Amino acid sequence: MSGIVETVDLTREFTRREGLRRRRISAVDGLSIRIDAGEAVGYIGANGAGKSTTIKMLTGILVPTAGSVTTCGLRPVEERRQLARQVGVVFGQRSQLWWDLPVGESFRILAAIHTMSSTDERRRTDELIERLEMAEFLATPVRQLSLGQRMRAEVAAALLHSPRLVILDEPTIGLDVLSKQRLREFLVAERRAHGTTLLLTTHDMGDIERLCDRVLVIDRGHLVYDGDLAGLSKTVGAERVLVVDLVEPTADLTALVDVPGTRHLASEGHGMRQRLAFDADLTTAARVLAAVSELVEVRDLTVEEPDIEDVVRRIYAARR
Amino acid sequence: MGEVLTMRTRLRPYRAVLASRVRAQRSYRASFALDLGSSLLIGIVELAEIWVLFHNVIELGGLEFTQILLVFGLADFAFSLADLSFGHCDNLPVYLRAGTLDVFYLRPQPLLLQLITSDISLRRLARAAVGLAAMVVGLTINEIDWGPRAIALVGLAIVSGYVMFAAMFVWAGGLQFFLVDGAEMTNAFVYGGRYAATQPASVWSRPLQAVFGFFFPMAFTGFLPVIALLGLDGPAWLPSWLGWCAPLAALWAWGMALLCWRWGVRHYRGGGG
Repeated sequence: MSGIVETVDLTREFTRREGLRRRRISAVDGLSIRIDAGEAVGYIGANGAGKSTTIKMLTGILVPTAGSVTTCGLRPVEERRQLARQVGVVFGQRSQLWWDLPVGESFRILAAIHTMSSTDERRRTDELIERLEMAEFLATPVRQLSLGQRMRAEVAAALLHSPRLVILDEPTIGLDVLSKQRLREFLVAERRAHGTTLLLTTHDMGDIERLCDRVLVIDRGHLVYDGDLAGLSKTVGAERVLVVDLVEPTADLTALVDVPGTRHLASEGHGMRQRLAFDADLTTAARVLAAVSELVEVRDLTVEEPDIEDVVRRIYAARR
Repeated sequence: MGEVLTMRTRLRPYRAVLASRVRAQRSYRASFALDLGSSLLIGIVELAEIWVLFHNVIELGGLEFTQILLVFGLADFAFSLADLSFGHCDNLPVYLRAGTLDVFYLRPQPLLLQLITSDISLRRLARAAVGLAAMVVGLTINEIDWGPRAIALVGLAIVSGYVMFAAMFVWAGGLQFFLVDGAEMTNAFVYGGRYAATQPASVWSRPLQAVFGFFFPMAFTGFLPVIALLGLDGPAWLPSWLGWCAPLAALWAWGMALLCWRWGVRHYRGGGG
């Protein structure tokens, strides 16, 4: 069986005019990836690394300069219209809905666009309304929705025709914690129920952790990492950070040498708040906390995940 | 029967979008009424301009005022209908900036058909009404030898005129892919073309004759059908039998429009397509 997405040496160049000179820039350079049905893949990289260009080539919007691509077994440019029936795309920054119409009406038009039968339409719309909790704003014009509501409606719009492959470009950008959480839960449930393949670009580590079992990292058009998230953190040695708020001003807790893989990062407010980095492979947050508690009284704490920017930055730095 | 059903199914996406546009425009009643009113005013001002220009002379370019009124009516009516259904096509930069065009790519219909059916400007009905009124008055007060020939000629002129102006909007849309703020340039031809079309081609200057006589076949939307209908002699460069060739001119206009569109889309996607 062939993959849902298969690219071989996929390349896209753009010509940029600088004064009188023309310069060719590779947005995507020799990208070979394969994504199988049912996978959930995070596609990360800095702005301008080539993520959007890749997505546009996968969906037939852009024509590759070189290399080949098949999506759902189809050639995206030549068979764009058949492909559109099998792919759903959520662009965090652009809307598929009609801003002056109620949400529910947008769904009806999209059902007509995908020529869904009235039974399919009703079943699927009801399912999405329930799972994404959209009943309360179904009659509200799109332009009056909150960002969280609008993103849920956008996701529903892209998934209405039950696509085999769903591509999400920055789906959680700008959302509050609760809205993010809801959207992620929905995507997990959708994947479980229908075996949908997910490909998402994001700057949010939480999205990757909760949704993806595989991560692709792209840098200046090149694929620089392909594997799971744990492996990614390992390759770049990203540490987690324990932030402790102490009861009284304390000298820097630099003496935690007996806990392996732990070091003091910084202190604020005369040592009232201290940041300790630890390697999750060598120790646990609990052990670090226990060591701290032996020395001083801890009032509050948080654990910071390595953020995606940091991971990507480290990968990039290692390549240069 | 099966054929009919598949046709219905095929048209369903476009019908759904268009019907929603109509509903949306009518649901804001006050604003719609205002739009209609201002559109009507524009139509009347344009008619008044022709009136002022040509009413005080007995004859201009071989046509009397009543005959010029008919030229205006035919061309303006066809243009207003095309503007109503295709006018948003030259607004492509807005679609490009908002990413709407990429959204079209994700739907299983041809791009151009989606763009054409993505909107409709009902307010332009008011302007079409002015054109229609001018045309009806023109057809009534001029001496026309009514018969199948005349009816066919008028019908042909309206349909071909509509098709030609529609092609102008698509042509302009195709060029917007290349031109940054290119609407200024294309407007000169689309709206300039409309303006030229509502006047007798016999008064055009030589450059206008070249541009709007044949390249953009604007003379075929009003002037040529009218001289054929009224049995007048056209200028030497435009014999009156050309009035019957409006469909050919429409075909030419669409050929050019589709070529421009394809070219534009190719440019946007970066080759192929």
